[in-house]
Amino acid sequence: MTSPYPFAAIFGVLIVALTFAAALIWVERRLLAVWQDRYGPNRTGPFGLLQVLADMIKIFTKEDWIPPFADKPVFVIAPAVIMITVLLSFAVVPFAPGIIVTNINNVALLFFLGMSSLGVYSIVLAGWSSGNKYSLLGGLRASAQMISYEVFMGMSLMGVVLLSGSFDLTTIVEAQRHLWFFVPQFLGFVLFLIAGVAESRRLPFDLPEAEAELVAGFHSEYSGMKFGMFFVGEYLGVLLISSMITVLFLGGWMGPVLPPILWFLIKMFALVCFFILLRATLPRPRFDQLMTWGWKLMLPLALANLLVTGAVVLAFR
Amino acid sequence: MLSILRTMWNVLLHTFHKRVTIQYPEQKPYLTPRTRGRIILSRDPDGGERCVACYLCAVVCPVDCIALQATQDENERRFPEFFRINFSRCIFCGLCEDACPTYAIQLTPDFEMSEFNRENLVYEKEDLLIDGPGKYPGYNFWRVSGVQVGGKGKGESENEQPPTDVRRLLP
Repeated sequence: MTSPYPFAAIFGVLIVALTFAAALIWVERRLLAVWQDRYGPNRTGPFGLLQVLADMIKIFTKEDWIPPFADKPVFVIAPAVIMITVLLSFAVVPFAPGIIVTNINNVALLFFLGMSSLGVYSIVLAGWSSGNKYSLLGGLRASAQMISYEVFMGMSLMGVVLLSGSFDLTTIVEAQRHLWFFVPQFLGFVLFLIAGVAESRRLPFDLPEAEAELVAGFHSEYSGMKFGMFFVGEYLGVLLISSMITVLFLGGWMGPVLPPILWFLIKMFALVCFFILLRATLPRPRFDQLMTWGWKLMLPLALANLLVTGAVVLAFR
Repeated sequence: MLSILRTMWNVLLHTFHKRVTIQYPEQKPYLTPRTRGRIILSRDPDGGERCVACYLCAVVCPVDCIALQATQDENERRFPEFFRINFSRCIFCGLCEDACPTYAIQLTPDFEMSEFNRENLVYEKEDLLIDGPGKYPGYNFWRVSGVQVGGKGKGESENEQPPTDVRRLLP
């Protein structure tokens, strides 16, 4: 069920994803302001929408400086890695029937998990190549955090796979025609949400950058468009996790009356708002608390969820 | 876990709270009359300059932004020959206002005095002098002080007894 016009799909998804990621800067600043009783950027253009454009002009024209003590080739490659992995993950997301870049049957979900695992290399390499102890600490934290949250992220999805009987995302969405997996897989949904926040390094779990402790963590030494790529990569990650939760637990494009793509965007945007609400609310945990949570609470819960789901599926077969 | 959810709900409720931001160029904030802004020199109710060029403001100024030169008119009344405030140095601490014995120098609630050239922030006496008495409408230093100055002799000030005749023997 791949799109009949592959190039149109590729460019469409690419442009829409990048535009949304850029617009998220504005959305996040406005929403954070709303929840802190402020207005946020509202001067540049209508409702401050041109703030995105102003930020882009600024970040493109900033000096792109590579510190002399940095490992230059790795330093340059690192920000590209995160963009590539996140954008490649978008290739398997079914936005609506027919609007999907590539339909790798049976491995789409594994492809997404693999790409989000590769994304950690960007952070680790950035932290390592910066030649700066704060960056290195950020990179170390990122690797530990992403590896430990990766494990139960995959585990929490296995319930969905068991229920739908497929790794193909389109089939998973079709399997939710009558009941969204959000209901039978509520625990899996919560676990995947938490793992998703940790994977996209959003605020309760933004220990790799933790500006209060590590200056800016792994991207302390980055400037100009290289920093911009980390920035856009983070927002793209938020979009990706939101769309994956939509696909896996909230019925993807399913919904009455409105066209499918609109339903998908509504669900995705609601999740993005939830991510920003998390950022506005929660403080950052300590690093040992983060690891304890991941290994001693989340992983057993995910395993129990998998066991119970498997037993139920077996019993009703 | 429950407290986390409750906190998130409370944060969400802030959507409907009143904004605390004042949209400055369109909405002006209310500034109390005692706000320490642009410095002025006031006049007494009769229209004369209040400043007696005592230098106390220039001495107390922590950033040395006030410069003046005292002189006297034909009635031996002191007044500043020039009075200059460099607002690019001024920190609006209000110490000059506290030090002034005649209520001449006062800080006003006006703060919108940005300039493109630094030289334009140096205010001369004609820029500082206003026509009114500022925050102290009825006060006239020369009428209440016991100083003998042209046109007013000893004991002619308000609330002042005539000077004692030291040669009289009566108590």
